[in-house]
Amino acid sequence: MIVASAKSVTEIKQLIDRHQKVLFVGCGTCVTVCLAGGEREVGIAGYGVRMARKLAKQPVEIEQNTIERQCDNEFIKDLAPAVERNQAAVSFGCAAGVQALAERFPGKPVYPALDTQFMGILEEQATWTEKCIGCGECMLAEFGGVCPVTRCAKHMLNGPCGGSTSERCEVSADKPCAWQSFARRSESVYAY
Amino acid sequence: MQYPANVRVVHVPCTGKIALEHILAAFEKGIDGVLIAGCLEGGCHFIEGNLRAKRRTEHLRDMLDEIGVGRERLRMVNLSAAMAPTFVQRVNEIVQTIEGLGPNPLKAHDAFETTQAQKAGVP
Repeated sequence: MIVASAKSVTEIKQLIDRHQKVLFVGCGTCVTVCLAGGEREVGIAGYGVRMARKLAKQPVEIEQNTIERQCDNEFIKDLAPAVERNQAAVSFGCAAGVQALAERFPGKPVYPALDTQFMGILEEQATWTEKCIGCGECMLAEFGGVCPVTRCAKHMLNGPCGGSTSERCEVSADKPCAWQSFARRSESVYAY
Repeated sequence: MQYPANVRVVHVPCTGKIALEHILAAFEKGIDGVLIAGCLEGGCHFIEGNLRAKRRTEHLRDMLDEIGVGRERLRMVNLSAAMAPTFVQRVNEIVQTIEGLGPNPLKAHDAFETTQAQKAGVP
């Protein structure tokens, strides 16, 4: 799943500084699951930006619409009347969603409301870990299902660097050593 | 045992049920402050409703600061149903804090807009 985090109210406010009527577009797929750009997050950001603009004596009118998938033209096309009504669109989708909207609506500015981060999995509530950077050359078969390109801080492909302590990376104690994970896994994988 | 008459109590089944939108909508409408009174930590009937509310409240306090409304207008306390005197004390504390801060700036801005409109002769 694509994981993203929301930009702050201040950042979004700055992006749409020169507009008085803006469309906030949520995405109902990955970024809804990672609590960054779904219908609720769009609503919350809407409250924040509206209040901040009101305090700055530059009130803004915000229309909100969350579609099933922003990376799919099938769903984007339904937005056309709403985009037409507004001066700009703010996309709460991943970077692919923002670019899909920009391509579909060439006459309107489209701004990103999220920072797209990586493809990852859910570890616990509101915590995702990075598992793939989308390099386009998948070597997971050779590495026992542990990606060294993503999960090793030094992207080492030919063995561990030797800097880990207690199976943790020397870059951060929160980060397990990818090569150690591979070694542990290979013990059971190669038993078959 | 009395708390100020300008406080309105809104009942919810659990503090974990309070969505961020509920509080943001109240502030946008001009409410001066919100006190969230949850159960004691470890005493949630739904196991972690009050702990989730605590995290949400902290997130919202940061957001209110960023917006310009101010984090002090929102506070969460943990009480049991048998702690009425403490509840009154906490309510009085937040009322005092808010009286010190003055009205919600969004409300003040509305008043400013109304005055400007009146001066300009707009009905």
